[in-house]
Amino acid sequence: MADDVTAPVGPHADAATSPHAGAASRTTREAAPAAGGGARRRGPLSASARKRLEILFFVAPAMALFVVFIVTPVVQAVRYSAFNWNGLGPLDDFVGLQNYANALRDTIFTDAVLNNFFIIAASIAIQLPLGLAIALLLNREIWGRTALRVIIFVPYVLAEVVAGVIWFMLLQPRGIMDALFATVGLEEYTQLWLGDPDIALFTVMVVLTWKYVGLAIILFLAGLQGVPADLYEAAQLDGASWWQVQRRITIPLLGPTIRTWGFLSMIGSLQLFDMVWILTKGGPANSTMTMAVYLINQGTNRSLYGYASAVAVILFVISLVLAALYQYFILRRDNPDAPQPRKARR
Amino acid sequence: MSAPLSTPAPGRPTGTLETSPRRRRSNAFSGGNPLVYGVALVVVVATLGPVVYAVLGGFRSNAQLAADPVSLPDPWITSNFVNVLTSGAFWRYALNSTLIALATTAIVTLFGVMAAYPLARYQFKGRGVLTMIFTLGLLFPLTVAIIPLFLMIRDLGLTNSMWGVVLPQAAFALPMTMVILRPFLMALPKELEEAAMLDGTSRVGFFWRILLPLSGPGMVTVGVLAFVASWNAYLLPLLILSDPRAQTLPLGVANFSSQYAQDTAGVLAFTSVAMIPALVFFLAMEKRIVSGLQGAVKG
Repeated sequence: MADDVTAPVGPHADAATSPHAGAASRTTREAAPAAGGGARRRGPLSASARKRLEILFFVAPAMALFVVFIVTPVVQAVRYSAFNWNGLGPLDDFVGLQNYANALRDTIFTDAVLNNFFIIAASIAIQLPLGLAIALLLNREIWGRTALRVIIFVPYVLAEVVAGVIWFMLLQPRGIMDALFATVGLEEYTQLWLGDPDIALFTVMVVLTWKYVGLAIILFLAGLQGVPADLYEAAQLDGASWWQVQRRITIPLLGPTIRTWGFLSMIGSLQLFDMVWILTKGGPANSTMTMAVYLINQGTNRSLYGYASAVAVILFVISLVLAALYQYFILRRDNPDAPQPRKARR
Repeated sequence: MSAPLSTPAPGRPTGTLETSPRRRRSNAFSGGNPLVYGVALVVVVATLGPVVYAVLGGFRSNAQLAADPVSLPDPWITSNFVNVLTSGAFWRYALNSTLIALATTAIVTLFGVMAAYPLARYQFKGRGVLTMIFTLGLLFPLTVAIIPLFLMIRDLGLTNSMWGVVLPQAAFALPMTMVILRPFLMALPKELEEAAMLDGTSRVGFFWRILLPLSGPGMVTVGVLAFVASWNAYLLPLLILSDPRAQTLPLGVANFSSQYAQDTAGVLAFTSVAMIPALVFFLAMEKRIVSGLQGAVKG
């Protein structure tokens, strides 16, 4: 890492040399001659041994949690995936890559992967323009602005389960959604929203949009506040129209916010579970199956723990590859010509 | 990889800095007009519609709901809400959710700030590697580890115990916590440490007596994020907590809605009661949540 240079003595050398945004605000730095000596004076232990003990004391609890509950299960998932195992008894039926082969041959699983991809693409294709349009329109001093921002945030802070149950009720046959359609004269367009395999995935997509577009709007609005006012004024003086200002100035400056929102959205879509579990459990006819729902079905419901672990590993690899591609092709733009790329990452 | 973070401006959400008159005037460049208010109205209706429907539906009877789905309660019926609020089940779910969320928050905040301290303010070999290890944790979602985690919790005998949910949740919240807290701690002025050292305070003493109180805003942000995530969590509790007495509100809502599927009004009342306290609390904390998310989003 960039700041892991040969260790200067004393506890503050770090704060003085490491690059971070806050550094700019601390322009006057005085040398601290006394500090290193102060740390060395106490106790029978040498300063470096003492420092190591301190580091251990501070990092150990977090590291223990991290190793026991993240590293171990992930390693175990890889291990289990090579066995045929129902979770009880010894782990002795080694099947190699058979579980992976079976998963990739199961059209229910491959369709689930495609559904995840569809959800990623549709989330971005719907929420980006919608969120951007709403954010641009609302980025001005209108009456009730604070209240509006709070309201927009409501679906995001609701638990997916709660939102799912409410929408499940709304979408029941002869429920309020159908009634609303009838009220505006679109009776013949009512559907079995969650019961028709050709439609259910789109219905889930609508609910997901309702739940998550608010997050996009709020993040975009926050990003918009970082656009310097002078730019607007200059553009105005030059006679630019509102739309020109948005297109030429605001949206490009919002680029980093948009690209990183896209990353969050993609990762969320890959792991989608709660909402689908509540609305459809992956049905009807597996039409809304996602990787996570498939994994839980195979694992806890059918006790195919080896197989489910293989699915988990595939899910992880897909996430990793997509994250790396996104990082490489899209996020890289946000620090293209930084003179010290490693530092710029911080 | 997913952590290309810069300092998330400790303690203040970005953007509130500019309140100069210039800024105000330029905003008026595109002040309110009917189109804007129209869009705002549509957004409000679409956003709140389902929530309002759930709350109003709770005040109706099933007969009312069946006769006319789109209508105000007539007459207003409070029995659905009374039933929920007088049932032991609801309060037990709420209590379990509260305990689990509080424990998760406490652990992740304390362990997180402790680990972030040396990684932010000590200079030692392996610091970069250690930081990287925690950051890489972001790449491993709970979903990937859920099967072995479930088996491990079972073997540890923690099934149906709140710790079976709290500890993994805290672990998976750690990477984000570190990613937000480390730059925050780095941004605190180094003169503090110097003064403390000159007064003969050890680094451990400095941590407890000076750094911890000063990192309040950062810890609140991280804590709120962890609390919200725990409060809304479904997948892990679903696998770990099978005993209704140990279950949390999301599980309760899901159970209630499938058990009493015919009692639409009852389900809507239960769901409404389950969401309202969280909604009020989380919306009050909106600034914190947004600044935390921005910390995660900033390029």
